[in-house]
Amino acid sequence: MYEFDFEKPATVAEAVAALGREDAMALGGGQTLIPSMKQRLAAPSALVSLTGIAEMRGVCTGDDAALCVGGATTHAAVAAEAAGRYPALAALAGNIGDPAVRNRGTIGGSLANNDPAADYPAAVLGSGATIVTNNRSIAADDFFEGLFTTALEPGEIIVEVRFPIPERAAYAKFQQPASRFALTGVFVAKTANGVRVAVTGASESGVFRWGEAEAALSADFSADAIAGLSVPADGMVSDLHGTPAYRANLVKVMTQRAVSAA
Amino acid sequence: MPKDQGIGASTKRREDVRFLTGKGRYTDDINLRGQTHCVFVRSQVAHGRINAIDTSAAEAMPGVIKVFTAADFAGKGGVPCGWQIHDKQGNPMLEPKHPILAEGKVRYVGDAIAAVVAETLEQAKDAAEAVVLDIDELPAVVDMKAAVQGGALVHDELSSNLCYDWGFIEDNKGAVDEAIKSAHHVTTLELVNNRLIPNAMEPRAAIGDYSMASDDYTLYTTSQNPHVIRLLMGAFVLGIPEHKLRVVAPDVGGGFGSKIFHYVEEAFVTHAAKVVGRPVKWTCSRSESFMTDAHGRDHVTKIELALDKDGHFLAIRTETYANMGAYLSTFASSVPTYLHGTLMAGNYKTPHIYVNVKAVFTNTVPVDAYRGAGRPEATFQLERVIDKAARELGIDPIELRRRNFVQPNEFPYQTPVAVAYDTGNYQATMDKLVEIADLSGFEARRAESAKKGLLRGLGVNCYIEACGIAPSNLVGQLGARAGLYESATVRVNATGGIVVMTGSHSHGQGHETTFPQVVAEMIGIPEGQVEIVHGDTANVPMGMGTYGSRSLAVGGSAIVRATNKIIAKAKKIAAHLMEASEGDIELKDGKFSVAGTDKSVDWGSVCLAAYVPHNYPLAELEPGLEETAFYDPSNFTYPAGAYACEVEVDPGTGKVTVCSFAAADDFGNVINPMIVEGQVHGGLAQGIGQAMLEAAAYDENGQLLSGSYMDYAMPRADDVPFYKVDHSCQTPCTHNPLGVKGCGEAGAIGSPPAVVNAVIDALQRGGYSHVTHIDMPVSPVRVWSAMQG
Amino acid sequence: MTKVTMTVNGRAVSGEVEGRTLLSAFLREGLGLTGTHVGCDTSQCGACVVHVDGKAVKSCTVFASDVAGASVTTIEGMANPDGTLGRVQQAFQDHHGLQCGFCTPGMVMSTAALLAENPKPTEADVRHYLEGNICRCTGYHNIVKAVLAASGQDVSGVAAE
Repeated sequence: MYEFDFEKPATVAEAVAALGREDAMALGGGQTLIPSMKQRLAAPSALVSLTGIAEMRGVCTGDDAALCVGGATTHAAVAAEAAGRYPALAALAGNIGDPAVRNRGTIGGSLANNDPAADYPAAVLGSGATIVTNNRSIAADDFFEGLFTTALEPGEIIVEVRFPIPERAAYAKFQQPASRFALTGVFVAKTANGVRVAVTGASESGVFRWGEAEAALSADFSADAIAGLSVPADGMVSDLHGTPAYRANLVKVMTQRAVSAA
Repeated sequence: MPKDQGIGASTKRREDVRFLTGKGRYTDDINLRGQTHCVFVRSQVAHGRINAIDTSAAEAMPGVIKVFTAADFAGKGGVPCGWQIHDKQGNPMLEPKHPILAEGKVRYVGDAIAAVVAETLEQAKDAAEAVVLDIDELPAVVDMKAAVQGGALVHDELSSNLCYDWGFIEDNKGAVDEAIKSAHHVTTLELVNNRLIPNAMEPRAAIGDYSMASDDYTLYTTSQNPHVIRLLMGAFVLGIPEHKLRVVAPDVGGGFGSKIFHYVEEAFVTHAAKVVGRPVKWTCSRSESFMTDAHGRDHVTKIELALDKDGHFLAIRTETYANMGAYLSTFASSVPTYLHGTLMAGNYKTPHIYVNVKAVFTNTVPVDAYRGAGRPEATFQLERVIDKAARELGIDPIELRRRNFVQPNEFPYQTPVAVAYDTGNYQATMDKLVEIADLSGFEARRAESAKKGLLRGLGVNCYIEACGIAPSNLVGQLGARAGLYESATVRVNATGGIVVMTGSHSHGQGHETTFPQVVAEMIGIPEGQVEIVHGDTANVPMGMGTYGSRSLAVGGSAIVRATNKIIAKAKKIAAHLMEASEGDIELKDGKFSVAGTDKSVDWGSVCLAAYVPHNYPLAELEPGLEETAFYDPSNFTYPAGAYACEVEVDPGTGKVTVCSFAAADDFGNVINPMIVEGQVHGGLAQGIGQAMLEAAAYDENGQLLSGSYMDYAMPRADDVPFYKVDHSCQTPCTHNPLGVKGCGEAGAIGSPPAVVNAVIDALQRGGYSHVTHIDMPVSPVRVWSAMQG
Repeated sequence: MTKVTMTVNGRAVSGEVEGRTLLSAFLREGLGLTGTHVGCDTSQCGACVVHVDGKAVKSCTVFASDVAGASVTTIEGMANPDGTLGRVQQAFQDHHGLQCGFCTPGMVMSTAALLAENPKPTEADVRHYLEGNICRCTGYHNIVKAVLAASGQDVSGVAAE
């Protein structure tokens, strides 16, 4: 990979300052960024590691009873620390990558990268979570802007993610056989305000909400409620591991399984 | 009571200690003084004409010592193919040159164009990016049938992309055609044997070193057969005499065939080390290995099986397109021919068989032997078509197989495809399989699966393979350009310890443990007194290496032969020491005794006498105790068995889960059951991987789509179950001294059809009667799509 | 180049590294600890797994600078103090849980991490936990068996020996 300067600030303020440098990039757990740097697909002038910022680590409860996850919290920590209050989120985190990846990879890194097959975007969008950065709060519905694209400005850091706790929720993931990313993953959350269904892995446009299913499930939260629905294959990803029609099928099947599991 | 040492004991592996403590010494662990690093500039297009290569900017970069192109190898040979096939008309195959660095054209994505040698690896990578290529991209040929129907020529100097059109056996063809025409029933199946990427966990690496003082070259390389590399690279590529070239294959992290072959990178670092005057090291990244290691399989086949009204096989006719890739790799030409066509009889009596293979050049990485090599392709098509025939005729698939087995009293059995099976008992392995797989409990298990909404299926198949490669005179007639014997030197030290130097190479097979079991048993001494040396041409006189399940059957036989020479000489010494007749000396438990007396002398005393010959028959016998033997097998060995797989199919997603896998094998005699079972386990996972997960995919432009573990699905721990394996059915090989047949490839050969048969069975039982075949891998999308009709 | 200091296998070590120097490279080339292997470049094979502050991580996907000051354990640090094989290592030998040995260091390190988290895992737990460690030789049968045995569970009922 190309050489760069390595910096490891101890506070968010220092990190923001360090990221002010041209072509500087934030480094979360690096589990996606480092492999792409090995392929020389990224050439930052400086990498600013966020792993040394204590205020960005850990899981706690906010004033509004939301579950607050620090942006530099590892998947393993979320799996362990969110299990009591938000088991669906903890279970999702506990199935990202593999144990060694979960010990390094962070929620902030995953969300900022917005891989179209990543798990966390489904949880964040499905939960209607709020992404808190160093200078603003962004609603999940406004955050994801397509493949590897988010509302984050250059140098903006995800400090925290706030998850309202739903009444019932579950994530059903169908793994791509090689990478074990989500070939299709569906996060379903039932709240007092209705049901949210967020789908990752399937669409060419990245994570999305399946509105038709949300409406049906808001009326009747059961797998049967969406038995008659289908998502169009148009716009679904086509690759070695799935045709658009196959992915469209998985969206429905995984939604039903998530509902049953919730 | 299991033995605790010697033949038949599950001796724990002595090599494990270094591997478990991080003390293994793999090629990339070696760093030579003054070493430089090399990075290859590789083609990003599948087919193109090289107009110019500008290395000037790269050569000016920090740390760069030299940038090499094809011009630096003027006068050097290409990497040779070790087996010449003749086509139906008797013409030799087309054999294009495979240069070390591309000459004039690039022919696959990954083809080496130039190479940078620099002080550090990162400097070499930086400079490799600065090499400016002027290449005109040409249309790529990827599909085999298109390649022989007027597609662009991979090699301009050849008349066609058809390497050869081989008929086996041409004299059988008329009878086969007639039998098929007049048969009661003909089952036809068209299928693909999916292209695989071997993926030994250690990526390839090579270090070249040259000593000006002695004009000697040393190559450290990740090879299964260092002597073969010495021969091919020395004699055919670089023109280095064997006494000036040492090849070391230290600890090697798996091979599975992919490390048999002589690769251009080996020749590059060896030559470059002399040019730059310093050692040159190359370590392949995994991404690079995906596009440069020889791939495996990649056959497209049509098979027809003719049967009479009772289900007896009458004839088999096959037509196969076999992908060679862009160049002929070391054994590429032999895989779809003599390692495939000769196995088309399987475990059955089919009087008439004809095999046609069209080997085709395409703009893809070379294809060569991968665990099983030709035999999995034969087994898969045969065992799939039998299953399809059983369904069409309404005969139980196990019964149909039994009805056609070569019976135990029919050995030796001459097949219509050249080979003669020496021994076997296919009914016995099938009986054993039915027992260990608990087939009588299948219906109950199917009902349990159904309660979960899952479709359960059972797949059964047999396999036979030709191992113990190979009788040199036979393969010589068939076009092999090498002998396939093995050598061993047994060196007894003065104090009784033994060093065995073997030309076999262990890269996971456990030779350092099993070979001493054999020698210790023969002499009657502790295994710990015997040490194995392998993997270095400087220490081992000659060898042909490890592949084709040959290490014990051929290499072990050479060790037995050398040990017998040792014992014969030791008996002479013992006779002298005890003033007895040589013919009266018996060796048992490490002690020489005179028959019918209580006189004896122990092993150590005889060894000491050999090296301190004070009381010694010097007039008749040389001092010392060291013997070398070569063993050339008189026939192949024929391991065989019966396998069963149970799967569950999730109808919502098409996902297949392997619930159980049982394997009943006949390997003849077994030296170390623990290691044999481990070999079967590994083979099964690779076969299940081929059936369920693995696929090398190119797009129509020749770009490799499955170029990393992100898209090439490797079997992981949760993809496979605990296996039930059994090797208690033993018909010892009749022609080698240990009665062994080989076990390394069986699992990979025998398992793919069981998986696919099981999936088809599940779908048929589940009401999807239109699904009669799904090509491997039976991935979720393929199964689900097939179910949709 | 900057200097990093960390504890490796209980010993304080330091070395000059670039920003891009991976922990795996620091261990292998900087410290000569070649037991940690590099089998892929996409963070999937797991041959490079080591422990950083007690947790399994893929050392090929961590910069050496990012773990400055940490305590790192590699395969070279897994034997007993008297040099004999540690519990996990011994189980792998006893149950033939390795063949070519290349993935083995990562397998042992992941196993040790698993057993620290879950002292009595089920077969399914073991298979799931090891999904980030690829072995091409063993078919996993004897690895899973070795892990179960290392946890003190009876594996005599598992087919084959």
